[in-house]
Amino acid sequence: MHPVVKTVLHRLALGVVTLFVVSVVIFTAVQLLPGDFGEAVLGQAATEETKAAFRRELGLDKPAVLRYFDWLGGVLTGDFGTSFSGRAASGVDRSREVADLIAPRLWNTLFLACYAAVIAVPLALIMGITTALWRNSIYDGVANASALTTISFPEFFVAYILILLLASLNPVFPSLANVDSSISFWDRVYTLALPALTLTLVIVAHMMRMTRAAIINLLASPYIQMARLSGAPPREVILKHALPNAWAPIATVIAFNLAYLVVGVVVVEVVFVYPGVGQLMVDAVTSRDIPVVQACAMIFAATYIMLNLIADIIGIVTNPRLLHPR
Amino acid sequence: MKKTYLAKQGRLLIDGQIDRRQFVMRTLAAGAALPTALSLADRAFAMTPRKGGHYRVGTGHGSTTDSLDPATSENGFSSSVTYAYSNHLTEIGPDGQLRPELAESYESDDATTWVFNLRGGVEFHNGKTMTSDDVIASLQYHMGEDSKSAVKGLLAPVVSMTADGSNRLVIELEAPNADFPFIVSDYHMPIFPAIDGKIDPVGGVGTGAFSIDSYEPGVRATFTSNPNYWKEGAGHFDSFELLSIIDVTARQNAVMNGDVDHIDRVDPKTVSLLSRAPNLRIEEGTGTLHYTFPMRLNIEPFDNYDLRMALKFAVRRQELVDKILLGHGALGNDHPISTANRFHNGDLEQREFDADKARHHYMKSGHSGKIQLSTSEAAFAGAVDAAQLIANSAGECGIEIEVVREPKDGYWSNVWNKKGWSACYWGGRPTEDWMFAAAYTDDTEWNDTAWKGTDASARFNELVRAARAELDMDKRRAMYHECQALVNDDGGTICPMFANYIEGVANNLAHHENVATNWDFDGRKASERWWFV
Repeated sequence: MHPVVKTVLHRLALGVVTLFVVSVVIFTAVQLLPGDFGEAVLGQAATEETKAAFRRELGLDKPAVLRYFDWLGGVLTGDFGTSFSGRAASGVDRSREVADLIAPRLWNTLFLACYAAVIAVPLALIMGITTALWRNSIYDGVANASALTTISFPEFFVAYILILLLASLNPVFPSLANVDSSISFWDRVYTLALPALTLTLVIVAHMMRMTRAAIINLLASPYIQMARLSGAPPREVILKHALPNAWAPIATVIAFNLAYLVVGVVVVEVVFVYPGVGQLMVDAVTSRDIPVVQACAMIFAATYIMLNLIADIIGIVTNPRLLHPR
Repeated sequence: MKKTYLAKQGRLLIDGQIDRRQFVMRTLAAGAALPTALSLADRAFAMTPRKGGHYRVGTGHGSTTDSLDPATSENGFSSSVTYAYSNHLTEIGPDGQLRPELAESYESDDATTWVFNLRGGVEFHNGKTMTSDDVIASLQYHMGEDSKSAVKGLLAPVVSMTADGSNRLVIELEAPNADFPFIVSDYHMPIFPAIDGKIDPVGGVGTGAFSIDSYEPGVRATFTSNPNYWKEGAGHFDSFELLSIIDVTARQNAVMNGDVDHIDRVDPKTVSLLSRAPNLRIEEGTGTLHYTFPMRLNIEPFDNYDLRMALKFAVRRQELVDKILLGHGALGNDHPISTANRFHNGDLEQREFDADKARHHYMKSGHSGKIQLSTSEAAFAGAVDAAQLIANSAGECGIEIEVVREPKDGYWSNVWNKKGWSACYWGGRPTEDWMFAAAYTDDTEWNDTAWKGTDASARFNELVRAARAELDMDKRRAMYHECQALVNDDGGTICPMFANYIEGVANNLAHHENVATNWDFDGRKASERWWFV
């Protein structure tokens, strides 16, 4: 078997184990949440009996270990269960499948993440490479300072500044990311401009600076010295000689930021009223809707693991030395 | 003469048969001064409903678990949807008075047998003409053993419903209830078309000003105007879009940037900033939502009349309105009936902070030591601060209050209705009977002041029951006034304030002079009552 394939399979197996451990952590953490679903739903009307009835109906009276394996079994077969909420005080069961609840929102989240990534990743790479090329120039200083400025602000602040500049004072883009399934692709792109821009501003600095640092680091190596002495122009030195060796750290940072785009954008979702998974998860935590919380957490964990796996593979492929750990 | 002439000119102006200049010239000719003529032109434009426009509303309600089923609607998003696409037998008008809606009139001789004469020729969105069978099926849906409806209890006293022809309905109650026509205006009880005596609760077909285009729970609902709408002078917009925008900053941003035309639940802390935006105005109304501090009579020392009185006199109500509601509210008078209710007792003297009286009653009660006041933000936003303010003002009267901060989780099951003195809120009810029966009579589980066993409470319960059966308005008014006085005096509740509905409204939206305050959004019926100028 090709050593790369072997390593990938090895990593995949490790990923599955990690996911399993994460599922235990998630389940335990959710158990530790104070309060209970019946209380959250019934509010003023919660009495001991109604709460007990709720617990019975939802199977919360069973031991935790049993519930864990029930849930895990469901997840393995792709069944995330039924949402707790929808069982109102009136007793009518109009709860929805967790998968139905999450699917459209996950699609929204992924769309926004891809949108932001399509802008941010090339921008960050270009800026990183050019600042490495012209390091210590005015351009380098300005690019670094502005990227650092945007990353230093909390994301909701960046969002509100953008709303102020591009929606309130100069009405170019809408301040509400008001999308539905019928909206066309380009309308969606237009409507989501501000959230995507916000996310871009928040993540560019990290990737750009890592790219720049990784390349500059390599520029001190003897083989770069050699390339320079052989008369290669600076552009070629960086693109042809330095960059291939810098891919591993860059890919790791990109993966890290892409994962953030999927799992960490709840604040941006709230500011722009965008129906994404992050908001769903926060709502679910508030109402103690455990199946939804667990499903969201699992999706987030899987995203992290997947993206890091891909970054690892990119690192290994571009730097075969990593195939043979000492 | 002049008046009719001006009115006619106003109509011509609105219809576009004369322009503004002509209108002003003619008004001047009729003897009005120039500024008057100009403002008359504006008023003519503003007060005459105009058809058209896409009305977008951002509301702070809505959840992914909502459904169209009226039996389980439980928030402002659902009820706004219900009111947009369906009608009820009766409705609460912009003036707060009950008026017939799908019923043309209603009558009763004894408050036990109610006759509803239905409007003829009303069509559902699917073309079916409404008859008494539809009404019976729609109400029946909430009744019976298997019903899981939120209003099952309200309709429980209904013994029988009979159709007397296709446009007449007779409803028999087990006991007299003069407020029964009020009950059928509740947003849970829209009239839907019946097929074989059953309605489709999630079919989305009603008689309302709008028909549903799309419905995404917790996100949005969109509607198109119903060209066949039967109601005169209602349903002016071409289309209506209801968005759930839970985050208050996002909601305020949306109306500021013109992404929506109308929002509810503006944050009192930022309302003055929002009002500076040039494209919108702030509208407020005092509804029935009120915040209370119930003292339970079955727990010492609150069984003591003088101690309750001492505490009532030790609260600075105006300070609470100013600091907790930031002025966006009205003073409460230690009873739950708001100025938005029909029989609010305005003659009852407003209770004020009075250190001498508080001290006097406190001495008389013979109590000494700390009194615990349990509070939590779960009761209402600012409940902890409110309790601190009460502790301060009581301290000035020599009464020591210990504010106990309870956890939010479990507040309603472990603290409220259990501990001696706690913080609470009530959404309020449209009628006095409903409100008293929810929280003050001796037969309700939610009697959070445990107000039983005193002479005054006995009299109160007697009065509430008598008033329920009384059809004579003046007699009822007198009875409810006395009820309010009894709660104010002997009852266990301290009700310092009623909260306002605060809304952000785009400048190009107009409405009639009165705006209903039974809910926000003009009783959640702005979609059919308001228009664009």
